[in-house]
Amino acid sequence: MDKIVDREALVGELNQKLGNCAEIFEDNTNQSIKVKPEKIVEVMKELRDNHKYDFKALMNLSSVDYPDNFTVVYHLNSISYYHKLTVKVELDKAKPEVQSITSVWTAADVQEREAYDLMGIIFTGHPNLKRILLADDWVGHPLRKDFKLQA
Amino acid sequence: MLKTQELTLNMGPQHPSTHGVFRCVLNLDGEYITKVVNHTGYLHRGLEKLAEARTYTQFIPYNGRLDYCSGMMNELAYVMTVEKLMGITEEIPERAQYLRVIMAELQRIASHTIYVASFSLDIAGFTGFMYAFRDRDRALDLIEAASGQRMMPNYMRIGGVAADVDENWFSQLQKLLDDMPASLDEYDGLITGNEIFQARVKNVGIVTREMALDFGFSGPNLRASGVDHDLRRDEPYGIYDRFKFDVPLGEQGDTFDRFVVRIKEMRQSVNIIKQAIKDIPEGPIMAKVPKVIKPPVGEAFHCIENSKGHLGFYIISDGSTKPYRTRIYSPCFVSLGFFPIVAKGQHLMDAVVTLASIDIVLGEVDR
Repeated sequence: MDKIVDREALVGELNQKLGNCAEIFEDNTNQSIKVKPEKIVEVMKELRDNHKYDFKALMNLSSVDYPDNFTVVYHLNSISYYHKLTVKVELDKAKPEVQSITSVWTAADVQEREAYDLMGIIFTGHPNLKRILLADDWVGHPLRKDFKLQA
Repeated sequence: MLKTQELTLNMGPQHPSTHGVFRCVLNLDGEYITKVVNHTGYLHRGLEKLAEARTYTQFIPYNGRLDYCSGMMNELAYVMTVEKLMGITEEIPERAQYLRVIMAELQRIASHTIYVASFSLDIAGFTGFMYAFRDRDRALDLIEAASGQRMMPNYMRIGGVAADVDENWFSQLQKLLDDMPASLDEYDGLITGNEIFQARVKNVGIVTREMALDFGFSGPNLRASGVDHDLRRDEPYGIYDRFKFDVPLGEQGDTFDRFVVRIKEMRQSVNIIKQAIKDIPEGPIMAKVPKVIKPPVGEAFHCIENSKGHLGFYIISDGSTKPYRTRIYSPCFVSLGFFPIVAKGQHLMDAVVTLASIDIVLGEVDR
């Protein structure tokens, strides 16, 4: 099973250091926290550089179209303690905007472009936010639920 | 008066050194690269969207079309994620667990031999290509005998594996394992130890430890940069905690290290399979899973040590027969982001070697 980090202590430390920015997110995995979109860069920097947590690797950056919000999901992994953490950011349906974390990990660059391309999430501060998989003149974002599959 | 002009060169999408339909636009000053822009998406089939319109079982064969050099492992990653979501990870029968390990490691050998082959071809060594393909085909023959297909096996099932193998299959496998160390010595003699090869690849495309983590490298690429991390050993999934094997590391993270790490990894794979065939028990190969698979509402993220790096699936279930969202984390797609940064300032011929060294497969980059 996955080794899980002590979320309460982590959320407490984040809130204390960076102002009120994080809370525990309840789901079946018991390893998620929810972060305010405007604080995501600071939180990620802290998680990467804090030796207590040492999340050196961004494992996965994905986005989900839920009925009442868009959620950007970051899976983090520590290669020294082998524990895992899921960071979720909930975005407004009408204006899905979140700060880009390319300044924290270069690995986020292509994954954010993909999330923009397929889900239509705007990553502010991204150096080159263009479509990456679909053609430049493509209309719409296929992974959204209102985009219908057609042959 | 003499003056030089900057040249824009389109490499790909139809270029043998891009290993598929990858295109990069190179700006050249003479023979030196000043700028690289990656263009991907030529093979985009929308697998993540397709997954939402398929049942959990129906999506298994699509995984072979991701990274078509390591079909078994893609399927393994997918079915393990669904099993985690359903909470039946502990119920997989022993024999199926061993067969999964054997197939995965066999596939790793097949995938790494194609790496050796194409790497050798990229620096114009055709003999190395033929030697590696000779051994790769023997591994693929075994996969075909077990599953019915060479490259897209559709062998893993949610709850076990599709078919059992017999004594004859094991004796063929044993022969391959007996021959493999000598074949690997042959690669080392023919390619790794070759002076011209070393002159081409040493100190080229250096990725330090910090850079590797920043670029999101994983698997052999990460280990070549000296980061001691292997999911099979550090966060064992399935029954990997029962096997003893070494995790080979590189020293400085140049293309030579990335090549050598993979050859060493094949030796370890042979080692793992040998241990697995010694211990494999008789018994069922499928757990009792419902005919219609309906995982409970929730989500699961699972990563395995694929031949290219960490292949991860993030599946969200809404309790119906189809996933609400399937995200495929592709190691090739993320590692490819390193190319524009590392290739800048390189000689054109070094860029080809640098690109070849991270082992990309476009089926997985574009999904």
